[in-house]
Amino acid sequence: MTNKFNHRQSAHCENGVVSNLLYHEGIDLSEPMIFGIGSGLFFSYIPFVKLNGNPGTSFRIYPGYIYKRATNRLGIKTKMRTFRNAEKAMDALDANLEKGIPTGVQTSVYYLPYLPSQYRFHFNAHNIVIYGKDGEEYLVSDPVMDDVTRIKRSDLMRARYAKGVLAPSGKMYYPINVAKDFDLKPAIIRGIQHTAKDMLTIPVPMFGIKGIYKLAKDVRKWPEKVGERKAGLHLGNLVRMQEEIGTGGGGFRFIYAAFLKEAAVIMDMPELNEIADGFTKVGDRWREFAIMASKIFKQRTNVQGDYQLAADIIVDCADQEKVLFTKLRNLKFPA
Amino acid sequence: MKKDEVPQDDANVLEGKLKTLKYATNEDGSYVQVQTVGWEPENLALSQAWEDIHERLEIIAQDIAAGKSSPILYFMEKCLMEPPMLAKHMGIGTWRVKRHFKAKGFAKLSQKRLEKYAYVFEVPVEHLTQFDPTRTS
Repeated sequence: MTNKFNHRQSAHCENGVVSNLLYHEGIDLSEPMIFGIGSGLFFSYIPFVKLNGNPGTSFRIYPGYIYKRATNRLGIKTKMRTFRNAEKAMDALDANLEKGIPTGVQTSVYYLPYLPSQYRFHFNAHNIVIYGKDGEEYLVSDPVMDDVTRIKRSDLMRARYAKGVLAPSGKMYYPINVAKDFDLKPAIIRGIQHTAKDMLTIPVPMFGIKGIYKLAKDVRKWPEKVGERKAGLHLGNLVRMQEEIGTGGGGFRFIYAAFLKEAAVIMDMPELNEIADGFTKVGDRWREFAIMASKIFKQRTNVQGDYQLAADIIVDCADQEKVLFTKLRNLKFPA
Repeated sequence: MKKDEVPQDDANVLEGKLKTLKYATNEDGSYVQVQTVGWEPENLALSQAWEDIHERLEIIAQDIAAGKSSPILYFMEKCLMEPPMLAKHMGIGTWRVKRHFKAKGFAKLSQKRLEKYAYVFEVPVEHLTQFDPTRTS
């Protein structure tokens, strides 16, 4: 079965899978729109959860939530399944493809040979679409890729049944009931309000704006606390979380600004444009942090002052974002 | 980030397999998608992470030669795993996996368990039993 599927590249895999699956059903929503409606933007810094020895930091919400929230807010019913064993997971996928249903599957980046080898870490929540089968090969639409590709059955099986944190357990999902007459406006409002609330009000100093301040505070202490070498690796990890494949640049801030620009037109609210420009600015500031950080870990010398300068940039980002999210939270949306 | 300022610093980390997508602005502040081959801070962060892994592998290889560590530890690091993940793949407890990191624990491994490790690491069993860090694959 070589079914047809319209592949559109995206910055982030989960946005892309949702956007492309819906496009297949005749709904044309951009990647930023999915990201905004799904409240994809978030910040968490959980220093005591170490990932490859680095403090767990993320510029986005927990994997799977963009899909859940976006489809939910658009009133789209979807089917999601996980499996006890890999064979069953593959059989169910085959049955879907037989019926011509492009299917989202969760995979581990480590087992996807078509990706560049240097990026193949054990990240278990990479989403791709399987849209057909040709002999022993599956036809893949991986949103981060320029174009469609293929994968061997044995590789896909490993990728869908990788173990560890965020283990996919063969997870697959697809829309089953797509109403074409949904109203985008309430979905946009809920998306914005949810993000603003999460960034501002979670009473734990690891999440949202508070998490960004906490990160800045810790960055100042890193060289002293864990030594230069490790501090450099910590900074490198931050840069990767912020910039590597998937974020669209500036820790998702640019994608979010793009969403607000689109929303400004749909909602007929020019004030959203202004806030969007604010996010463009803060995204640029995050990239200045990345430049500063890379100078530090490139030299591998401990210029104590540099960590302070890097932390100062993070504080500036948090200050700016606090203002922006407060503006979003106080917006009066037309009833 | 303006669209004509999207960096194109190619360090071949993408191996020509794809270009990644960034969001950048037109003169009027509206957004467009721009493909890129890379950005220096990103490339440096990635190469730093790999250097760290390679340094660790070298140390483990020395420890194996000195009869302290086992190839299980080496291949776990090489496959970028951590003990809990490896234990899950093996279907045994983390403490048992850790025991196999030592030369002494490794010597006691059954053929069956060695084969399971080899499967998880995606290498032939001989790579474990006749360890040679200079092997390329």
